Amino acid sequence: MGTIMHAIFQPGFFASTPVHAALLTGAVVAVVSGAVGVFTVLRSQSFAGHSLADLGTLGGSGAYLLGLGPLWGFVAAGVTVGGAMDLFGSERRKSRDVSTGIVLGAVLGISALLLYFDTTQSSTTGATVTILFGSLFAVSGYTVPATIAFAVLGLALLTILYRPLLLSSVNSDLAAARGIRVRLLGLVFMMVMGVTVALGSLIVGTILSPALLIGPAATALRLTRRPVAAMALAGGMGLAATWLGILLAYDSYRWPPSGDGWPVSFFVIALIFVGYLASGLRTRRTTHAAQTAERMPHELIEVA
Amino acid sequence: MLALDAVSIRLGGRQILDQVTFALAPGEFTGLIGSNGAGKTTLLRIVMGLRNPDAGTVRVGGKPLARRGRQIGYVPQKIQIEPDAPLRARDLVALGLDGEKLGPRLPSRARRERVEKMLAAVDATRFADERVGTLSGGEQQRVLIAHALISRPKLLLMDEPLANLDIRSGQEIVEQVSRVAKEQGVAVLLSAHDINPLLPVMDKVVYLAEGRAACGSTDQVVRSDVLTNLYRHPVSVLRVDGRILVVAGSTVVTDNGPGSAPVTAGAVGA
Repeated sequence: MGTIMHAIFQPGFFASTPVHAALLTGAVVAVVSGAVGVFTVLRSQSFAGHSLADLGTLGGSGAYLLGLGPLWGFVAAGVTVGGAMDLFGSERRKSRDVSTGIVLGAVLGISALLLYFDTTQSSTTGATVTILFGSLFAVSGYTVPATIAFAVLGLALLTILYRPLLLSSVNSDLAAARGIRVRLLGLVFMMVMGVTVALGSLIVGTILSPALLIGPAATALRLTRRPVAAMALAGGMGLAATWLGILLAYDSYRWPPSGDGWPVSFFVIALIFVGYLASGLRTRRTTHAAQTAERMPHELIEVA
Repeated sequence: MLALDAVSIRLGGRQILDQVTFALAPGEFTGLIGSNGAGKTTLLRIVMGLRNPDAGTVRVGGKPLARRGRQIGYVPQKIQIEPDAPLRARDLVALGLDGEKLGPRLPSRARRERVEKMLAAVDATRFADERVGTLSGGEQQRVLIAHALISRPKLLLMDEPLANLDIRSGQEIVEQVSRVAKEQGVAVLLSAHDINPLLPVMDKVVYLAEGRAACGSTDQVVRSDVLTNLYRHPVSVLRVDGRILVVAGSTVVTDNGPGSAPVTAGAVGA
């Protein structure tokens, strides 16, 4: 038993400072991502979440070039772009897909240029990997309290706005009829989503950040019908995937091919994906059971 | 209860409402009848305070409409909600009680019982724990009606509740609303393009055409001369088996009874 535990929790895992920082920041970011993700799915804004992450690449790579931590770039890009997308988005629904696509393409083009400068000009290599795929073990210093502060702010806003946000997500007229300021609420939510995606980028990078936002939420929606339970479940599953991912990444320093360890983001996203697939098996079985139960009376009648 | 005085609005260069004037008494069931694009939804949005008219006044309960508050319940035509959205019918009804409030909600037995009673009143108890997105159109309507009525408004506005329902569910909804509204003493303003499903329950009709409105009992308003004047075009009103057909006529006709008018074109409103 001792050896198994030893094999799972490698020596030094609980003593390592980077691991502490990773567990802490990973936990708060996973919880806020799960809760915000439920509303993202409920409001059908997954595409906006993806766009915010793509644009975070620009912020992250720009911040690197200025010698700032990527967190500030991610957050600045997330809040600005989230707000801008909401302000312009609802004006012209028809042309939104095309214009979003064009803007995203242009932004990623600029990001490619900045990432190129990052790698050629700075002596510290790995800017590209850090921004695109995250590097949780490198989170340190002021970034830890800053991340926690942003996550707590996001969760607090979500708690305060919970009921009006839920109602306006169902139908904006229904909310407006009760005097809720729907436009302002939508703007605030987009900004909260911008911050959340930014924090997710720190953990798993800009490319995979939307998966941390949407994955646990989508899994939770398959398992519960209650809004608060869905948020708690999504946060909990994100947390489990992140912590387990950190553990596996730490263990992977002893794995082939190179002994450098596998990236945390791979494990986190793989676990989220496996969780999503597993929840599908569960829902299929329950629907099948329900269908069988429905058929029962008819069969009994036929027999009678 | 509700009084509109000379309400006018222009949208996109078109006069949608032109000096619309009518009043509803408490507890009255009123049908807001007009064809597509007649301005029914615009009128409801003005009453709710979601849109300001260019001219005229709207009074609810004798007071001018400032920040509407809890006096008006609203049932939209259709809500777009995914089948997997984590929102049960009872959650949506509970939001009718306190959906605009900030902060977390503490569990309350009194609130739970009120939600339960409201669900029972619209015959929605059996699907109270289902997700709203998986319910049929008629079931969603019942939940929305419960959502609108649970805060005990004085006025209930319904935007084309029959548009997405089959005939039978539509009839059931109309009777349900009429019954619950009578019990609670709520005035109902329900918009529809067909007057017939409302005939058994309607106290009054507001007929919209060409931006103008005629208001009164069915017999006062739905007549060939009144509608001809309203449409600014010859219109005949035919009554068949207790139902009403409004059809365009080639000449100005008087209401001499069924079948007396020359009918040349298709139905206008009915």
